[in-house]
Amino acid sequence: MKRLLDIELHKFRYSKSSIVLTIIYLVIVVLMMLSGMIRIDLNGFNGSFSDLGIFNFPLVWHISTYFTSFLKIFIAIVLVSLTANEYSNRTIKQNLIDGLSKKELILSKLYLAISLAILTTFVVFIASLILGLIYSDFDQPSIIFSQMGYLGAFFLAHLVFFCFCLFAGILIKRSAFALGFVFVWYIFEGILNLIAKGVDTYYGTHIYDWFLHILPLNAMSNLIKQPFTKIDLVKSALNQISVEGMDFGYDIEWIDVVSVCIWSTLFIYMSYALLKKRDL
Amino acid sequence: METILEINQLHKTYGALTAVDHISFQIKKGHIYGILGPNGSGKSTTLGMVLNVVNPTSGEYKWFEGTTSNHDALKRIGAIIERPNFYPSMSAIQNLELVCKIKNIDRSKIEEKLTVVDLLSRKHSSFKTYSLGMKQRLAIASALLNDPEILILDEPTNGLDPQGIRQIRDIIQKIASNGTTILLASHLLDEVEKVCTDVIVLRSGKMLYAGPVGEMNRNHGSIFIDASDRKALYSFIENKPYAGTITVHDNGLEVKLYEPVDNAQINKDAFESGIILSKLVHRKQSLEDQFIELTNKN
Repeated sequence: MKRLLDIELHKFRYSKSSIVLTIIYLVIVVLMMLSGMIRIDLNGFNGSFSDLGIFNFPLVWHISTYFTSFLKIFIAIVLVSLTANEYSNRTIKQNLIDGLSKKELILSKLYLAISLAILTTFVVFIASLILGLIYSDFDQPSIIFSQMGYLGAFFLAHLVFFCFCLFAGILIKRSAFALGFVFVWYIFEGILNLIAKGVDTYYGTHIYDWFLHILPLNAMSNLIKQPFTKIDLVKSALNQISVEGMDFGYDIEWIDVVSVCIWSTLFIYMSYALLKKRDL
Repeated sequence: METILEINQLHKTYGALTAVDHISFQIKKGHIYGILGPNGSGKSTTLGMVLNVVNPTSGEYKWFEGTTSNHDALKRIGAIIERPNFYPSMSAIQNLELVCKIKNIDRSKIEEKLTVVDLLSRKHSSFKTYSLGMKQRLAIASALLNDPEILILDEPTNGLDPQGIRQIRDIIQKIASNGTTILLASHLLDEVEKVCTDVIVLRSGKMLYAGPVGEMNRNHGSIFIDASDRKALYSFIENKPYAGTITVHDNGLEVKLYEPVDNAQINKDAFESGIILSKLVHRKQSLEDQFIELTNKN
């Protein structure tokens, strides 16, 4: 396993675009940390973001994982291009000829995906921890380290997305088209969701609820639900208008965890099956 | 003698097209093999199958008498195919380091192999800045990294300029003289003729011949003779048991030989028949002639 990861990190390290995109990712995370100092003027409230209480433990875990989730597209581009470029440079063929088995090839990519998911989770963990320590009103360890499940969910959401990108790269073989495929699939799930909603309201079924858990990107984004209504300011504003039937769940649902794990496995297995079946 | 590769009834079809048609042959240690065949005759597909990148439709192959798994066997060979495939943004050294990691070998040989192919001075330049000849030489260095038991080269001089071709050929000859088994696929006959001891001839996926270079057509070459009296010479040579087809050229007669004949014997016979030869040259048939003859015959 060490050898396979070493091989893949070697490819990662000497790929300029990978390094650039990873640095962009890190820079944005740091910038988001600094955003705590930005002063805002909203709804009679005047102060910085941090005064909203969004960096309070344990809310900060939820807030930061939710917002940085969108940045995974940067790392995804890295993975897609690393994989698809193996096809366009035909290095995948040379790797196999040099004595890497097809299984090892997929495994080495998977190890890289896992490492990147761990890395991003770790960066977000450290960033949130620092933000929290600076701005949080609570600093007892029992509060700081509560609700850490969001980091687990963050890791899983990244892993499934990276596996999806890996699969797209192997399936499509051209990085631009593979990224296009990921995007088209995202739209495709959106359309399915709309249709399901329509059918649900017409026939009184619950297809949408199922789609939310079953489709890979749905389940991925459903892992960490929106945290806005948890923020005190928004909460009090909502209470003022007191809308009936507004009930928000914030918990990570097990069905999403299971769904995401199954999808990750499926994507890796399908990549392997594709590679095995194809002539290079 | 140790068998390095054994191919048994290997078959590959792409839809309705048969690329390789039930091919069987063996590669023995220490020989230099040439796979000959026009473009599209199935050379690369055959190599692709034994190198684990093309899935055979049927048939099997065994590396090193089946003692190791396929991908472990591939770690013991060195192969380059069609064109050099490397990571464009990595330097020569970085690319070769990666190959070392894949083959699970020490990186100490990198400099030595770069010296063999004369690339040491450019070792830190990125691969995409290389000329085609340099890329091809880097590929050879990469294939040599593990001191392979067999070196497989697919069209190593394709697309190179004359100097590049000469360089590659010199390198191949140097490697061959070290006793490394080589399998060289090419459609360039003089390339194969210069280095190979054995040939395998393919045409549209079928194997026409496998064996030593000289025995391809059980052919003994031809003689060029001339004398002042052409007519007498013609009738003299026509009746000899070793004489095959006779072609009349401006500068003499070309006679294909059915049997091995001593030049001195021909000279003596002619003199005894009252013909004085003004020219007597024995020429071995070139691989090109043999190849054309073989592919036409079948």
